[in-house]
Amino acid sequence: MSGGVDSAVAAARAVEAGHDVVGVHLALSRAGGTLRTGSRGCCTVEDAMDARRVADKIGIPFYVWDFSERFRDDVIDDFVAEYRAGRTPNPCMRCNEKIKFQALLERAIELGFDAICTGHYATLVEGDGGLELHRSSEEAKDQSYVLGVLTAEQLRHTMFPLGETPSKSIVRAEAAERGFSVAKKPDSYDICFIPDGDTRGYLAEKVGAETGDIVDRSGSVIGSHEGAHAFTVGQRKGLSIGRPAPDGKPRFVLEIRPVTNEVVVGPKEALAVAEISGARFSWAGAAPAQREFACEVQIRAHADPVPAVAVVADDALVITPDEPLDGVATGQTAVVYVGTRVLGQCTIDRTVSAVPA
Amino acid sequence: MIYLDHAATTRLRDEVRDAWLDAQGVVGNASSVHGAGQNARRVLEEARESFAITVGAEPIEVIFTSGGTESVGLGLQGLWRRRARGRDLIVLPDGEHHATLDTVSWLERSERARIAPVALDAVGRIRADAFHDALTGAALATALVAGNETGTINDAARLSEAAARADVPLHLDAVAALGRTRVDFAAWRGDAPSGGGLVAMSASGHKIGAPVGTGALVVSRTARIEPMLHGGGQQRGIRAGTQDVAGAVALARAAELAEQERDAEATRLEALRAGFVSGLGRRIPSAVVLGDPHHHLPSTVHVLLPGAAGESVLFLLDQRGISVSTGSACQAGVAEPSHVVMALGYSAVEARQVVRISMGRDTTAADLDALEDALVDAYERLRS
Repeated sequence: MSGGVDSAVAAARAVEAGHDVVGVHLALSRAGGTLRTGSRGCCTVEDAMDARRVADKIGIPFYVWDFSERFRDDVIDDFVAEYRAGRTPNPCMRCNEKIKFQALLERAIELGFDAICTGHYATLVEGDGGLELHRSSEEAKDQSYVLGVLTAEQLRHTMFPLGETPSKSIVRAEAAERGFSVAKKPDSYDICFIPDGDTRGYLAEKVGAETGDIVDRSGSVIGSHEGAHAFTVGQRKGLSIGRPAPDGKPRFVLEIRPVTNEVVVGPKEALAVAEISGARFSWAGAAPAQREFACEVQIRAHADPVPAVAVVADDALVITPDEPLDGVATGQTAVVYVGTRVLGQCTIDRTVSAVPA
Repeated sequence: MIYLDHAATTRLRDEVRDAWLDAQGVVGNASSVHGAGQNARRVLEEARESFAITVGAEPIEVIFTSGGTESVGLGLQGLWRRRARGRDLIVLPDGEHHATLDTVSWLERSERARIAPVALDAVGRIRADAFHDALTGAALATALVAGNETGTINDAARLSEAAARADVPLHLDAVAALGRTRVDFAAWRGDAPSGGGLVAMSASGHKIGAPVGTGALVVSRTARIEPMLHGGGQQRGIRAGTQDVAGAVALARAAELAEQERDAEATRLEALRAGFVSGLGRRIPSAVVLGDPHHHLPSTVHVLLPGAAGESVLFLLDQRGISVSTGSACQAGVAEPSHVVMALGYSAVEARQVVRISMGRDTTAADLDALEDALVDAYERLRS
């Protein structure tokens, strides 16, 4: 129970469905502020109080459990390390993978619980081969992407009461009906441990901002930057190069090289990626029967899924989209779907350009 | 429901409730000149005299406050702001309550106070020699009479004596001590020089069966204390504000009753404690009872359960209707590993594996048997 409206309604529905429910607010940040300032970030003392009041209203016990150390190690440190390595991490995936559905789930099972219930918009379906994770009924609010990292064992211990609800506004209306003061509370977005939303500033502090070169694909230095972490593959803005490209077209970030502190730029066509792969992959349920299969791949929470072919190699999941993808950064998660079903995911560690340099 | 967190707060005593309600019927501002005011004043001053007797002070030395936190804050910032010229050091033992820590830390941040820490020994007692050494040239010193987490009782007489010899004003936090171990302001102050030695002592009502919102700061006649509240100049100008007559009556009555029962309760609780500790030692051999085995509040048992998260133990016990604590109740927001346990030399990980059990007037042997069983079950589950 984050103090948000989704987890509030999810908890209420779980109680109504007859489950024995306890509300838990995760204390993840040591430096948690007191009051919410705007809709960014999460988990101030005020958020914990909002969650507590919802628990009071629905009549369930409420606890605040401290996972801040594990969160720091598994999510925050990983976030910084990935940027330092020139990759673009997704901390929400790591949090789901390591904290919400691992550390918290382990403790829950240890304490005698059967499942973790959250306000995520996703559905669980009992399929022929076992439990399956599917998109929610509303594409716009579907959060199956961030849950793509869950395993079959984890899925067996989850509940998503909001998955079938066609719209978020229905959930808000229900919250209002139930007398929850959080009915009107804005959603939190951005990264929960960077409450002011200034990721760039945060990284400058943690990774350090060192001036370096902006180079083209041939290696010529064409400009300078004040910190490689401020860039992500596919980015167009923020490049202070000064002189236009020979072809007059805009330049995009193609690659970040942390060792040499260089940012490589080039034309939009050079962003096109023909193949992505990742050595770290998992299946959200039973592993696929075939080694090679048609699917859809989604590389960001709000990106459209695109048709692709996936191959399960010995040491990696290799995904070849039917059409080249633009702006794929290593570190991102590729979630593989078949229809509405989440098949699994990999953390992208290798991309193959569609255009030879 | 088996409530074993009396160190956090305890039930309002029936006699105290009755006395408080009675006093609510006395209408009059104790500062008013007329008959109604005089009457309220009389009731108030009788309460002050009674409380003074209980804590070993003169009535003029008793300042009624809204509770322990206000008393500690008033005492510390008050002594700081009237400190001797040229001194900026605050002698601060490890493991003090957050009311003390946060106040001192605020003074450090905003008024350039410097801190002279004093280590605790392995059982949580303030090292008297280290305390003595730290006093040289200090602006003020503070110390717990008894710890709210470990229950360890310090040698208040010796600490006061050291402060007197060093001519440094000392504040004692008696919030956890009052009613549970001997508290004697005059005896500890002795014949310390004016403005030095023991000059202030904090107490809280809701810890001893008075309502939340009652407390006192004992302030010696010659102490120099800057007030926090300004207004009507009540209580020697040290704590302005219309005086809470009923609150004072409640506090005084609770303190009187607690003191009357203290010896008998100490014997009773010590026996319960010893039985529990020995049972626990047999059934969970790895459990460590923290604090001083000889100088401790008989009501408190502070246990380290290696490998079991205190949060989880608390939850499992709560599910069985048994209320215990993992540390001081007063840490808002994120639960911190107990700084007190770390002051004993344990790691941050271990400091999260502690459970504090504190008994009260209504605690029975059956309660502790149930606690013991529940702890054993919880420990087995968490260690499997």
